[in-house]
Amino acid sequence: MDIVVLVKQVPDTESLVQIAGDGVSIKKEEIKWVMNPYDELAVEEALRIREAKGGSVTVVSVGPQKAQETIRTALAMGADKGLHVHDPLAEGSDALATAKLLAAAVKGLAFDLIICGQRGVDEDNYQVGAAVAEFLNIPQISLVNKAEVLDGRIRCHRVVEGGTVVVEAPLPALFTTQRGLNEPRYASLPGIMKAKKKPLEVKTVAELGLDPAAVGAAGRKVLIQALRLPPERKAVRMIRAETPAATAAELVRILHTEAKLI
Amino acid sequence: MANGVVAITEQRDGAFRKVSYEVVSEGRRIADALSCNLTAVVVGSGVEALAGEIQAFGADAVLVLDDPGLADYRTDAYANGVAAALAPHAPAVVVIGATAQGKDLAARLAARWDAGLAMDCTAVAVQGGAITCTRPMFGGKIFADVTIKGAPQVIALRPNVMPIQRVARSAVVETPPVQLGSVKTTVVEKQMDTGGKVELTEAEVIVSGGRGTGGNFGPLEELAAALGGAVGASRSAVDEGWRKHSDQVGQTGRVVSPALYIACGISGAIQHLAGMSTSKVIVAINKDAEAPIFAKADVGIVGDIFQVVPEISAAVRKIKS
Ligand SMILES: Cc1cc2nc3c(=O)[nH]c(=O)nc-3n(C[C@H](O)[C@H](O)[C@H](O)COP(=O)(O)OP(=O)(O)OC[C@H]3O[C@@H](n4cnc5c(N)ncnc54)[C@H](O)[C@@H]3O)c2cc1C
Ligand SMILES: Nc1ncnc2c1ncn2[C@@H]1O[C@H](COP(=O)(O)O)[C@@H](O)[C@H]1O
Repeated sequence: MDIVVLVKQVPDTESLVQIAGDGVSIKKEEIKWVMNPYDELAVEEALRIREAKGGSVTVVSVGPQKAQETIRTALAMGADKGLHVHDPLAEGSDALATAKLLAAAVKGLAFDLIICGQRGVDEDNYQVGAAVAEFLNIPQISLVNKAEVLDGRIRCHRVVEGGTVVVEAPLPALFTTQRGLNEPRYASLPGIMKAKKKPLEVKTVAELGLDPAAVGAAGRKVLIQALRLPPERKAVRMIRAETPAATAAELVRILHTEAKLI
Repeated sequence: MANGVVAITEQRDGAFRKVSYEVVSEGRRIADALSCNLTAVVVGSGVEALAGEIQAFGADAVLVLDDPGLADYRTDAYANGVAAALAPHAPAVVVIGATAQGKDLAARLAARWDAGLAMDCTAVAVQGGAITCTRPMFGGKIFADVTIKGAPQVIALRPNVMPIQRVARSAVVETPPVQLGSVKTTVVEKQMDTGGKVELTEAEVIVSGGRGTGGNFGPLEELAAALGGAVGASRSAVDEGWRKHSDQVGQTGRVVSPALYIACGISGAIQHLAGMSTSKVIVAINKDAEAPIFAKADVGIVGDIFQVVPEISAAVRKIKS
């Protein structure tokens, strides 16, 4: 089984995200960058499948120089090799353009299975996995919390609203991860040492054979007009009553007569 | 020339999900602002009867894709069927619900159309023919106002946010032959929750519990039942094995937007807030007056959930009877 994992570097979920002076981007300097949590699940799942079935795990990422840290983290967890799409022409890509870059990069690799996150916790686009599968013309199964590789097929449990659906697709296929799939391992110290020597290839937009006008800021179809902070809530109103019963009565009064929610 | 608005609805077992009324209502508002027609798309097997129901929300035309191959959602079958049916329409705008199914379908279709997609939008404004969508990013820490270049503009709407509006029309119902193309995925099994529970992302009221419940969700279940709502959980409660992963609200769980969110014994970590900050009214109950959740709540109660929550249930039942 040759498995490709798509990994993205994103701000740590604890990060304070601030709007930059241009009003349409975020301040990148003070942020702690980490592997997207859903991609950790993807790397872990790929490693487990390789451990059971043999084969290889290749991690692919589109991003700035810094994104190599995330590829190295995946290599330290145990992935075999990395591919970094790094090019100023790719900068500022939206989800669709990112998927074009990733699909072009993956096309040059041998693969039976692609695993990626259901969403990046940066822009929360929920989009790249499906688009990569479309561009590669392979089936996709999203929101997977259990995957089994069968003979030439993959069987996935998808968590949807109101239940779980078990879906099968012939390989090659792509699936996206959901929490519950596994508990990602940490990179061990020997793993980190080994990762430094693992192959990491870098490719440009031209090397991928893509039209520069279709990717990067130039290729964006979703144009950010403005970033702003979410609307502020009014200051919290604390209920201070003598007894739990009186507290409850006051809450229900507020919700019934003022907010008209009950 | 791209023209018209298309609203893709979602049904399960022959009944519309609530988000369908929201997308058709919002589709109507967009179509009015653009002075064009609204076509609602109904997809499934044995769903012809649904065409009548959706007219009442303002569709000028209803396109029914009825085929046994569309009985269960499969990305390839749905994407192929919808793309083929919409090809002659060349819509300017496609709206869809940002549900598990809608997000998956929207992303696949947008790639096929080489179209821009604004995912999980909480507001749509049309001015002078230009559409601006608002979407939370970074777990709701930042809101982005975006426009989409080209056609169709694909807009996925966060469930439970857009108002539902009845605008009676008598729509033209079309049932074109369904072209499924090559379908590779199969649904081999379905394990759906039974017992008529309200689904988390559709619920008007969510009572959510965290580590402070100590694993006893009984009083929260009771309050949710009294309010006709659903029960959610923090990641800690899920990690403890007290609740299913699908109940988790937050950055690595469900994103919900109920009218009322009651957080019980939840500290209010940033990753939890990411999943519920667009709720209309937030109530927090926590015994620690310093808990960060109070900074994000509309109404706060410092107290023990095991003392307060049962009293709230009793008070709710009293007012409802
Ligand atoms: C990458 C990443 C992703 C994450 N994703 C999510 C996510 O999607 N969702 C999520 O929820 N978390 C997520 N987390 C975890 C998050 O950081 C917090 O650890 C978690 O939300 C805490 O859960 P909690 O509030 O239930 O528990 P705690 O923080 O332990 O808080 C328990 C609260 O209960 C109160 N309490 C205790 N007993 C009582 C009582 N009897 N009555 C009233 N109050 C009481 C305490 O005062 C305390 O405030 C994520 C973390 C990371 C690093
Ligand atoms: N720049 C990128 N490089 C590699 N993988 C990515 C990139 N952007 C998104 N992905 C993958 O696509 C998933 C969904 O991301 P998104 O659609 O951006 O929310 C992520 O979890 C990654 O697996």
